[in-house]
Amino acid sequence: MSEKHKDDVTGVETTGHTWDGIRELNNPLPKWWVYTFYACILWSFAYWVVMPTWPYLTGDGWTYTQGVIGYEQRNIVTNELAAVAEGRSGAMEQIATMPLEEIANDPALMEVALGAGKAAFGDNCAPCHGSGAQGSKGFPNLNDDDWIWGGTLDDIHTTLLHGIRWDADDETRLNIMMAYGRDGILNRSEISDVAEYVLLLSGQPHDGEAAVRGTAVFESQCVACHGDAGTGNRELGAPNLTDAIWLYGGDKEAIVETVSNGRSGVMPAWGTRLDEGTIRSLTLFVHSLGGGEK
Amino acid sequence: MTDTATTLERLAAEAAATAGASPHGEEGERYTAVNSEKNRPLYASRVKVYPKLVHGTFRRLKWLVMAVTLTIYYVTPWLRWDRGPNLPDQAVLLDFPARRFYFFFLEIWPQEFYYVTGLLILAALGLFLVTSVAGRVWCGYACPQTVWTDLFIHVERFFEGDRAKRIRLDKSPWSAGKLARKAGKHLTWVLIALATGGAWVFYFADAPTLAGQFLTFDAPSAAYLFVGLFALTTYLLGGIAREQVCIYMCPWPRIQGAMFDEESLLVSYKEDRGETRGPHKKGASWEGRGDCIDCGQCVAACPMGIDIRDGMQLECIQCALCIDACDEIMDRVERPRGLIAYDTFRNQERRRAGETPRLNILRPRTILYSVVLALVAAIMLVALSNRTTLDVSVLADRNPLFVRLSDGSIRNGYQVKIVNKEHSERIFRVSIDGLEGAILTRPALAGEGTATVIVEADKLENARFFVSLPAERAAAIKGGEADFDFVVTDTESGKIATRSTTFRGPGK
Ligand code: SF4
Ligand code: SF4
Repeated sequence: MSEKHKDDVTGVETTGHTWDGIRELNNPLPKWWVYTFYACILWSFAYWVVMPTWPYLTGDGWTYTQGVIGYEQRNIVTNELAAVAEGRSGAMEQIATMPLEEIANDPALMEVALGAGKAAFGDNCAPCHGSGAQGSKGFPNLNDDDWIWGGTLDDIHTTLLHGIRWDADDETRLNIMMAYGRDGILNRSEISDVAEYVLLLSGQPHDGEAAVRGTAVFESQCVACHGDAGTGNRELGAPNLTDAIWLYGGDKEAIVETVSNGRSGVMPAWGTRLDEGTIRSLTLFVHSLGGGEK
Repeated sequence: MTDTATTLERLAAEAAATAGASPHGEEGERYTAVNSEKNRPLYASRVKVYPKLVHGTFRRLKWLVMAVTLTIYYVTPWLRWDRGPNLPDQAVLLDFPARRFYFFFLEIWPQEFYYVTGLLILAALGLFLVTSVAGRVWCGYACPQTVWTDLFIHVERFFEGDRAKRIRLDKSPWSAGKLARKAGKHLTWVLIALATGGAWVFYFADAPTLAGQFLTFDAPSAAYLFVGLFALTTYLLGGIAREQVCIYMCPWPRIQGAMFDEESLLVSYKEDRGETRGPHKKGASWEGRGDCIDCGQCVAACPMGIDIRDGMQLECIQCALCIDACDEIMDRVERPRGLIAYDTFRNQERRRAGETPRLNILRPRTILYSVVLALVAAIMLVALSNRTTLDVSVLADRNPLFVRLSDGSIRNGYQVKIVNKEHSERIFRVSIDGLEGAILTRPALAGEGTATVIVEADKLENARFFVSLPAERAAAIKGGEADFDFVVTDTESGKIATRSTTFRGPGK
């Protein structure tokens, strides 16, 4: 519905449309706007030539005009990544070769290592150990001060390099907690008794008589690895049974299950998957979480 | 006074000479204000304003203000202020790369930007107060837009002459002379604009160094960009857009309407005295008529292109130049000065009612503004005098919230950030307070002297701490959460900063 109409007050022609009785003045566009618009149109022609723009179909499928300056966002990303890698290479090389203690004493290197370690942890370790390294049943909490295989920088480094019970690695950390029940080495009541003794060792409520009976079982079967006092042996990767930390749970039921079926958690050897700089960064990062030992 | 008579004749002739083209004056309608309501359709392109030079108290005052403000602007970055080694010695410096704002004795870190907010609040309140007492003093005298426009108009006047000459020049066909005058004007404008943009960037970098880099053409590209940007805006706003900035672009004129009242001193035409206006022949009686001789000088002088005799208008920036213009005329026709003067609405009414005009500055509004101003100033002063050179923040670990240690105790981790705002290295001792039986430790590799943190001059140190509670105590925490304090003590000065945080346990 368009018809010529002039606004009385301003003397300006309106667009001819009415919206709920409202008319709009048909003032000319500001000149600067119009010229900017024309300039943009010209610009777009230049853009078509200079930059990658028009898609077209070839025998092999869709492609596009490349533009005369060869601009390509993928190249920019590649270059930036290369620049970052180069910027870091000095530090990462040092981290890969310097003794771990020395890195820890160099705040600048340590910053790089902790950053890289944190990132690598998130990518590789968090699925089992948790994003905060807090662990879960069967996967140790790396924040605490209890270490099955040792918590010094070197211990952690070795564990990372070779893994635990990782068949493909000859130097992997290896031990066997036997399945005393399943393999028929101990009967049910013996297992129950030794579990009561372990409860006693760790200062938990227990059945005293059963614990006394369990002492004998413990001495014949367990001391070889866990030690006379049950404090474990890091050389063998035998957990300390007297402390408050339990990888698979510390109540009677869990202990009975552990003794009956054994436990053999696995951690991959990262030495074949990650470069040495990253592994050392991970070592320093895990060590810094709070449980690291000297 | 033949002198007066000839001047008036000259003015009339000048007006007649400029007549001929609406709206700068038709015959018999000399000096029409180009921005008066009569001449303003809903949609119209701008009509150029040709302000005429005046002489008098306010013109002198404006020269003075212009000199002072421009000097402050151009000279400030060159002032030096010794802060000791390794720190900039520029008195006023916005150091973006190092994230510091230096202002003489003050050094503001990004997290302290509220000081700047406080300064802005003070400035706003000051503006409110001044505006309620004497109108748009800021607009008329000190606003950069006014100062630079004034400067650009003077340049224009220097090259093209005063009002009448400029109007004639613009109407005349292009000639070598006209081209030379215009070129000279624009060139000078560009130079001033470049100097303005140039001075701006000196606030963001060491001025002598940057100036040297400019001379050898190896200043950072951002510097050139901003010089260009500010030169362009100065040229456009001061040279081309001028009064349109005040009328259409600036929000302040619309806001300050809320600050005037009938007792505010505003540049006003005293209608009660001026009307009925009309030409006056020398020697003729002043009986039965007003003092305004309708010479139009107030209109010719106005940089905003309005007629003050139409009453208070949004466009009026209160530059008071029309006061000077009219006072000159009043002297010549031997009438008392002040037909246009700083006056209040109430006084106009009072005079009309036969009362004596008086000033009423202490009004609820001005008192309120003053009180709030004093209050904010006091708060700022207290805040500034209590400004610490030691900032501590404590961040408790959230993942995991707590860790059970082998002896059953519960451990929490904390990031303690210590900011040393002094220009020398400081050693801090960190302790905890308010959590009975708690033990404070640091990661094994943090070195001996566990609770000592060394922070370099002007740096931030992020130190990691652990707090552990024995099993029974941790279990006894109600709701699993207990508040306690980190206490950071400067080992030398004994200054203490305390931050409270929370210890979390499993909470049985
Ligand atoms: S009317 Fe007077 S005070 Fe207002 S802008 Fe014009 S000259 Fe300045
Ligand atoms: S107010 Fe003063 S300057 Fe303006 S026209 Fe009247 S006499 Fe002239």
